Amino acid sequence: MWLLTLYRSTVGKKAIMAVTGLLLVVFVIGHMAGNLQVFVGAARMNGYAAFLKSTGELLWVVRLGLLAAVLLHILMALQLTRIKAAARPVDYQKRQPQVSTVASRTMRWGGVLLLVFIVFHLLHFTTGTIFPWASAPDALHPEFSHTDVYGNVMSAFHTPWVVLFYVVAMLFLLLHLFHGAWSSVRTLGLTTPSRQPMKRHVATVVALVVWLGFTAVPVAVFFGVIR
Amino acid sequence: MPLSLDSRMPAGPLADKWDKHRFDMKLVNPANKRKYTVLVVGSGLAGASAAASFSEMGYNVRCYCYQDSPRRAHSIAAQGGINAAKNYQNDGDSIQRLFYDTINGGDFRAREANVYRLAQISVRIIDQCVAQGVPFAREYGGLLANRSFGGAQVSRTFYARGQTGQQLLLGAYQALEKEIAKGGVTMYPRAEMLDLIVVNGRARGIVVRDETTGTIEPHLADAVVLATGGYGNVFYLSTNAKGCNTTAIWRSYKRGAAFANPCYTQIHPTCIPVAGEHQSKLTLMSESLRNDGRVWVPKRTDDIAKAPGSIAESDRDYFLERKYPSFGNLSPRDIASRAAKEVCDEGRGVGPGGRGVYLDFADAINRLGENKIRERYGNLFEMYERITDENPYRVPMRIYPAVHYTMGGLWVDYNLMSTIPGLHVAGEANFSDHGANRLGASALMQGLADGYFVLPNTIGDYLASNKLDPVPVDAPEVRAAVADVQARTNRLLSIKGKRTVASFHRELGKIMWEYCGMARDAAGLSKAIELIPRLREEFWAGVNVPGSGSDLNQTLEYAGRVADFLELGELMCRDALHRNESAGGHFRTEYQTPDGEALRNDDEFAYVAAWEYGGEGAAPILNREPLVFENIKLSQRSYK
Amino acid sequence: MNMKLRVWRQSSPDAKGALKEYAATDVSPDMSFLEMLDELNERLMEQGEVAIAFDHDCREGICGSCGVMINGVAHGPMKGTATCQLHMRSFKDGDTIVIEPWRAAAFPVVKDLVVNRGAFDRIIQAGGYVSVATGAAKDANSIPVPKEDSDAAMDAAACIGCGACVAACPNGSASLFTAAKVSHLGLLPQGQPERYRRALKMVAQMDLESFGGCTLFGECMEACPKEISIDFISRMNRDFLVGAATAPMERGGGED
Repeated sequence: MWLLTLYRSTVGKKAIMAVTGLLLVVFVIGHMAGNLQVFVGAARMNGYAAFLKSTGELLWVVRLGLLAAVLLHILMALQLTRIKAAARPVDYQKRQPQVSTVASRTMRWGGVLLLVFIVFHLLHFTTGTIFPWASAPDALHPEFSHTDVYGNVMSAFHTPWVVLFYVVAMLFLLLHLFHGAWSSVRTLGLTTPSRQPMKRHVATVVALVVWLGFTAVPVAVFFGVIR
Repeated sequence: MPLSLDSRMPAGPLADKWDKHRFDMKLVNPANKRKYTVLVVGSGLAGASAAASFSEMGYNVRCYCYQDSPRRAHSIAAQGGINAAKNYQNDGDSIQRLFYDTINGGDFRAREANVYRLAQISVRIIDQCVAQGVPFAREYGGLLANRSFGGAQVSRTFYARGQTGQQLLLGAYQALEKEIAKGGVTMYPRAEMLDLIVVNGRARGIVVRDETTGTIEPHLADAVVLATGGYGNVFYLSTNAKGCNTTAIWRSYKRGAAFANPCYTQIHPTCIPVAGEHQSKLTLMSESLRNDGRVWVPKRTDDIAKAPGSIAESDRDYFLERKYPSFGNLSPRDIASRAAKEVCDEGRGVGPGGRGVYLDFADAINRLGENKIRERYGNLFEMYERITDENPYRVPMRIYPAVHYTMGGLWVDYNLMSTIPGLHVAGEANFSDHGANRLGASALMQGLADGYFVLPNTIGDYLASNKLDPVPVDAPEVRAAVADVQARTNRLLSIKGKRTVASFHRELGKIMWEYCGMARDAAGLSKAIELIPRLREEFWAGVNVPGSGSDLNQTLEYAGRVADFLELGELMCRDALHRNESAGGHFRTEYQTPDGEALRNDDEFAYVAAWEYGGEGAAPILNREPLVFENIKLSQRSYK
Repeated sequence: MNMKLRVWRQSSPDAKGALKEYAATDVSPDMSFLEMLDELNERLMEQGEVAIAFDHDCREGICGSCGVMINGVAHGPMKGTATCQLHMRSFKDGDTIVIEPWRAAAFPVVKDLVVNRGAFDRIIQAGGYVSVATGAAKDANSIPVPKEDSDAAMDAAACIGCGACVAACPNGSASLFTAAKVSHLGLLPQGQPERYRRALKMVAQMDLESFGGCTLFGECMEACPKEISIDFISRMNRDFLVGAATAPMERGGGED
């Protein structure tokens, strides 16, 4: 069974990471595009949210698909990290990286941070669970509504540490995409030979656009550009 | 009793000898092949190709190399190319012409039948290597590219950038690994053969030291193949890898194998000159550079320190073009080397110590453009710059001759078997096909011919023609050989003297280069024959080998090799002294034409000098195998 | 020039090693790095000490024997250069140079700076060849190879098997080495019949030898003395994936 062949080898594991990663990149781009409707106004944003909800089962199929992608992505990352640790039991006393990017070197811990962020973000915006936990005077969400997404956004990004957390997390997403969007395509062997194989124009644009799009919302709300 | 030097040359017309011989040889029944064990010592072009081919045929093979992997054998460093009489260029090449060029280039000191067979086989080697996936250079039409190479007037050299040896070796190595995976070959890396086991007059095994554990063990077999390369490191500085050594063939010599023409050493004209005392080895710049580079020195000694660019065209002496108008910069290696030595002896050499001549690409760059030159020689130019810190696109390279190849080696018959039955010798380790001088791009050809096509045919004949009873591990001959190696190893470790192994090696190298190098004379050689035994005594009294014999001890390995060089050096000098003529790589200053060319003496010296070990402290015994030329008229080489 | 060396000394595979300090004096800028170690060893031996063990042979950058970590960089500071071709002019008077062996589970230390790279041979054994026996070949020019393919194959075939790619990889991956051989043969017509099977088997062996996985740090390409491109890793992955998808259903994919 060829999936088993994949699962058993490091190249296959990386291919699974790459495919799930690319799915998540597509999702992230769509999510970001959806978010930007905040700048159009409450009606547009809430209308979009209502439309997504109206898809019913389809929405759940997508959600479960994303969940599976995330879980596989993490599972493969964990296994590859274990393999890596076993591959060099005694480390160098001195090591000087030459060309590896900060992005490539922060994939693992940056990925963990992104996982923490995703959990927080789901509790924050999808379920609204964080709302009761923070119902103190400086509550995150004075009132969480399952229908007024626009209102949720407006009220969410007035707390400085929340905005900071989102901004920092998106910086890690930028790095994760800068390496991941590029390397996943190479991992799948979908590249043509190049004189400068470390160059990555498409991945750079994707990473920057996603980062800008996502960061714009909390920052704009915080500084009152939209209200 | 003189040795029997029966070359077993088949009768009949030259072109039919090999075919006829193959038919006459006995075959081993396919079902019986796996019952025979063959040991192959060395994993270079000859060794790896032989081991892989034997295993493909069904023999049980064991292969040994001193490096950590068979892929590292020094064949890998050959840059320029491999000759084959394919005549793909339609420029008049043929088997006959390659045969003639090789005999002529070797100054008529090789066997006709062997060389003809080599030329015949050359064609199949290229086929074999291409089938293995060797990425030879190609034309846009997808067919193989050729170039002309050192001393040839036809384009018959196949090449893979400047890394032909590497690619051919990787082809043979891949075939070897394929057979290892199938179980036909057992590979012993980091293993050094330290003696030959001879039982009832036949080679039946070797004594091997495992370099990582120090274990010394006998390995027994039905036949032994030595493919252990040349002995150029006797000169200390050479283009050989640091580990190249004579131990396997020297130990075999001491067990009764004749050593043929030890004095024939090739000095390669295009090497990077010595930079200082610390120099540990010399680096070759491929001879292909002479296709586009022009060799010169200043006409006047006053100009040697000047920047080369500031020396006017009229003040330059393009000495190869001047002395050899028709071959010019492409004159054979021995001739180009000697010419460089001469101009340096006249005080016109350039660079540190005045031991260098310019190899100038300015004209070629003007004519073809820098890009074309980069395409042809880019990696060589980079290597030159890394070593010398000078940019050869701007300033001419400096080159000087260095020891590169040894045409001499163990004497073998037409079947590549030495004077010890069962002991076969292939590649640079034997003396066979190059006579007194090897032409460029012929070593790779010979190594692969021996390994892929000659030995696989001839070894079967030996195995099928002889009754080979199993040798018990505790046979007295086996125990004695192991004990000898043990004793020698212990002795090296126990001297605990004051001097390092390298210091002895350097001193030997200086003696050899001075008296047995590019130009030799009777007085110098006699002096060397006095100096070397003295140095040998000092070595055994005063060498320091720290560490133990029971783990990886590179100093101990080195000491054993230098001890053998200290004996071989003397034999080389004796051979050079006895050969009262000049031929190819052996140039005796007493024997030259009025214009300074090598002067052969065919009446007295048209023979192979096969030296037989005379015993400890006794002089070696000279045996002669006359060379008969039936198809080629002996003439004086002329490259004018 | 004078330098301070900190060299990894380890007397045997199982012994505990440590960095030991030595002074390298009167170093000439024209010396190669290994000649500098030679001179140090000569001095150590004159004092009766055991020489520092390091692998080396051709000293012209082609046999792949040599290779050490120099100040945390595989083969040292000069790009596209094996340790033997690195010259001391790349260093300054007074520098401290840390010298360590390649570090990988698949490359156990034998002694001091010498490691066992037998894993590379076993990866080749798994399929790094064209299955053609001696004598079976037809005329060389009966297989035309487009020059571009031949050149690309040569780029990959230039690998010297030194192990710097593994040493430099933060994951300890042998992907560049394996990819170079998979690509060299996979780019040529002669290598086509076994192309996908070869990729499957060589990758499987690479994993078996406990090398790490590739996450495209790019350090291998930078460390490679032959500057072999990570493009070949893409190529290997593609061949592997195609092979996995098309191989007959077998455990592990691609066994006989």
